[in-house]
Formats: sequence, structure tokens, C-alpha cells
Amino acid sequence: MSKISFTGEEMAVMSLSRLYADCGFRQFKMSKFEEYDLYAKNKDFLLSSDIITFNDTNGKLMALKPDVTLSIVKGSGSDPMVFDKVYYSENVYRADKGTHQYKEIMQVGLECIGNIDLYSESEVIMLAKKSLNALSERNILDISHMGFVTGLLDETKLSDKQKKIAVSLIREKNTPAISDFCRDNYIDEKVSQALYVLTGIYGSFMKTVEKIKSISINEKTDAAVSELESIYGFLQEYGCADGVNLDFSIVNDSSYYNGIVFQGFIDGVPASVLTGGRYDKLVHKLGKKSGAIGFAVYLDLLERLMGSDRMFDVDVLLMYDENESLQTLAKAVKSFSENGKTVRCVRKNDGSIKYRQLAVMKNGEAEVIETND
Amino acid sequence: MKQMINVALPKGRLGEKVLAIFESCGYDCPAIHETNRKLIFENVDAGVRYFWVKPSDVSIYVERGAADIGVAGKDILLEYAPDVYELYDLGIGKCRMAVAARRDFYDNTERTLRVATKFPNIAKTFYDKKGRDIDIIKLNGSIEIAPILRMSDVIVDIVETGTTLKENNLEPVETIVPISARLISNKVSYKFKNKEISRLAQSIREYCENRDN
Repeated sequence: MSKISFTGEEMAVMSLSRLYADCGFRQFKMSKFEEYDLYAKNKDFLLSSDIITFNDTNGKLMALKPDVTLSIVKGSGSDPMVFDKVYYSENVYRADKGTHQYKEIMQVGLECIGNIDLYSESEVIMLAKKSLNALSERNILDISHMGFVTGLLDETKLSDKQKKIAVSLIREKNTPAISDFCRDNYIDEKVSQALYVLTGIYGSFMKTVEKIKSISINEKTDAAVSELESIYGFLQEYGCADGVNLDFSIVNDSSYYNGIVFQGFIDGVPASVLTGGRYDKLVHKLGKKSGAIGFAVYLDLLERLMGSDRMFDVDVLLMYDENESLQTLAKAVKSFSENGKTVRCVRKNDGSIKYRQLAVMKNGEAEVIETND
Repeated sequence: MKQMINVALPKGRLGEKVLAIFESCGYDCPAIHETNRKLIFENVDAGVRYFWVKPSDVSIYVERGAADIGVAGKDILLEYAPDVYELYDLGIGKCRMAVAARRDFYDNTERTLRVATKFPNIAKTFYDKKGRDIDIIKLNGSIEIAPILRMSDVIVDIVETGTTLKENNLEPVETIVPISARLISNKVSYKFKNKEISRLAQSIREYCENRDN
């Protein structure tokens, strides 16, 4: 018997929405369009600069949303003491890096905007881990801290451009290149060693946190470590600290992100399915005093992983001819339906429909003549 | 259960060298040396599965997770900027990305420079930095013919020894970047098969360091 099968996307949306609503987040339904100006001003925040634009009826340049966060932050209140906790499930439109074709991507996510404290921050990260748990048992949440990376780089005399190069090497986990880079730029021995360790570090939080402590170099990096430790403690409290790793190859644009940043992975999906972080700087850029943290789950990647492996179009393909009376046919269909089977009635089986059972009408009753199970 | 590592190897001379390094590090695979039409070769005991792909496709297989790791030239990584980890410079397949032109070439900056290349992104980034207006002619091979037939002013291509250039009356004008083969890893595989991949990367690293010393 086949149940109505939900697609992976539909199931994920339902379970994630439930999770966020339970923590007091309210759903936010958004318009599909946004003024292009918002993206033009914050281009670096977006993953791809290709945006679908069009003119609205009064000539204003509009865009099909490539991102949800900017719109939510733009619309949030200006009093930082009033928290805005929202979740959404929306389609966004982005160009694929490889093919340069636009893609529609289903995104579910949440944003917490306001005077972010350790509790609200930990709560969001706990929800990120629980979101991954809801999608698959084999998952990993990698966390990193922008404050630690920028804190280390502050100890060097590198220009902004050189810092960007260093960051891209950290992102590639390119340990040989980072030591060459430090040597070529005459970076102090202690800082070079710290950058080298930072680039190579990967593993469960418990195993790696001591290494991070040992290379912490100033107040800024100390603060980052203690924040990470507190958050990890919170996750333990909630019983979702398994599969939480430290990985500093997760570095976002430091002009938007300032604190903790994280990404989620699921075994079998070759790219990150969840990305998020603390982005106070973006909020400030949009003229508000609040801080913010949030994440998004990309559901388009889960298509192959979740949902049913349906191999049939219908359970029963029922053939009838022009002599069949409406009543007997209806009765036959009904008896299949009552047994929970899906039925399609056809006059001719042209082979285009995949069925579990093939039935024909005989003496006013359906008779199964072929079974494919 | 032991997890298998899928390795994308670049077809050709470089790939043979890479395979030799992997085999010296304990990731041997007798099946790959048999002559048959198989495409995928595995050694369950060593925990590896190899397959040969077009060198410029290695990064695609790795980025999409069909291969956990692979070996690709830095030229490919610069051109396609795949979202992968670059774990190690194997120090083989060394050459350089360079601008080359006819011996009698004079760079007339009054005109748009016509650049023939297999690597449009590398060429564009290089000339963007100089602020030079260029016209890119994307070719898929035999780049050297373009300046000879005066279809382009210069070429941007890989130069190994310079013999091909010399034989065609061309010469390197400027080096863009040195190139060598890199060990790359899919970002998600690196996390879920961390133990296996780290161990492999570490033994390759030790092998290469011993070789170089």
C-alpha cells in the first residue's frame, strides 16, 4: 500500500517549522520581490552577484529575492531591546557558479534580531544542530569564530588585501601555503605558528578546544574562545553536542559577520546544507543598533536524500472498455481506494504508466491480471 | 566499517606519477595495472577506489563529491575556483602560466589586446589587475597557432620547457603564476571521512618531504 508520499522538501519544511515554532519563533511570509537597491548596496553579503531584475509598473528596478536575511533585517524594528525572532520558508533565486544559470532554491531559516546575548546565541546554534538532526542522523555542525580569526590577523601588519589572501588560504585549509605566506610577509613566529595551527585544525570540539586555547594571543581571541566554550556547554545541556566540530576554514566576509559562524553538513550531500552566523555588522550597515544571528537550510540539496524512492506512478492501473457501466466502474475504483491504493482508470494501456498491479473489468468486477511487486 | 576513499586521478603522464606516489604510500591497487576496459579500480584492503578522468574535470568530481579527493593542477583550480580544500602541493607537474607572443611582438597599448587562451578567467584576472582592455578568444587546444595566424596578439597558456613555443617562433613574455599539482578534497568528505583522508594526506606529505630532502 502506498501512502501519499511527501517530497523531501515538504517533509523537511514541516519538521523544521515545527522545531522553530516550539522555540517561540514566528513565521514570516515574505514578498517575492525586493527593491534592487538593497542588494546593490550590500553586494558582498550575497553569495552570487547575479540577480534577476525587472521593472515594476512604475518603473522602479526590482529584484527576485536572491536572499531573505537582508529583507528581514531591513524590516525589523529599531529598538534593540525588542527581540525579533522569525523563521521563514521561501524560494530564493541565484545563479549557479558553474553553469551561470539561475536556480530556484528552497530555503528554510530563522533570524534572531535584537540585543543578542549568550542565551539567544546559544539557542540559535542549538536549533541549527537540531535542524540537522531532524534531516539526518549522520550530520555535523562545524563552528568557527570570526573574532578569533580577525584577532589573530590583527597581530600582523598585513594590509586589508593581504588579510583577504590569508583568509582565503584558511578557507582552503591550505596549510603549506599559509606557512609560505607568513614567511613571505615576515609575520612574527608566534603568530605564524598560530595561523598554521588554526588552518589545519579539525575535529570534535572537546578534542580541539585546548589547541585553540594554546594559540590564543590577545583579548579578542580569548573572548572568542570563552564564547565558544559557553555555547558548547549550552549544547551539552540540550543533549545535542555530538557531532559539533571546530573548523576555522569556515570564514565569512568580516565586513558583515563578527562573531560565531557555522555550517552544517549531511553525509551524502556534497556541499553544506546549512550556513549561518552572527552578523551584527550587516545590521549596523542598515542603520540599526541591534545585533543579529541566524541561519538558513538549503533544501534543494536534500532532494536526493529524503522522501520516498517511488518506483511506480500508481498502485493499480484499471482498464475498462466502452461497455462498462459508470456504476460498476465507480464501485471497483472505490474498493481499491478503500484499501488505500491509488487507481488510475484507462481505456488503453499504452505502457507509459508504471503500475504495481494491472486490473481489467470483468463481469462488473475488477480482476487483477498482473502484479509487479 | 572501513570507509573507502574515492580518488579522481587525472588521465595522462601526471596521473601516472600521482598514482605511483599513492602506491608508494600504501594505497596500491593491483587492478589498475591490468589491461581491460574497466573504469573504476578498487582495493578494499587499502581502502581506496581510483578512477581516471579528464584532468580539467578532476575538480568537478571532487567538488560534487563523486570523488573524495583528487589531484588537479593549480591552473585548473585558479580557472574554475572550485569550492574544495587544497591540502597539499605535491611538487610535481611543475610548470608556469605565462603570457607568450611572437618574437617580433610589440605591445601597442593604444589597441585592445587580443588574448587567445584555454584559461579565460586566469587571463581576465591578470589583465584586470593591469587595467588593460582585452579581447579574450577562448580556444580548446593548439593555442600556439592563434598568434602565428595573427588571430591574437598574445596567448595565455601553460609553459613547461618552452620548446613548443620556440619551435613555433614564439617566446614567453611574462609569468603569471607558477603551477604544480595539488591534492584537493571535497569539503564534506573531509568531515565525514576525516580520519581516512587526514591519514592519506599525511602519508603523502611525508613521502614528498622525504623525496625533496
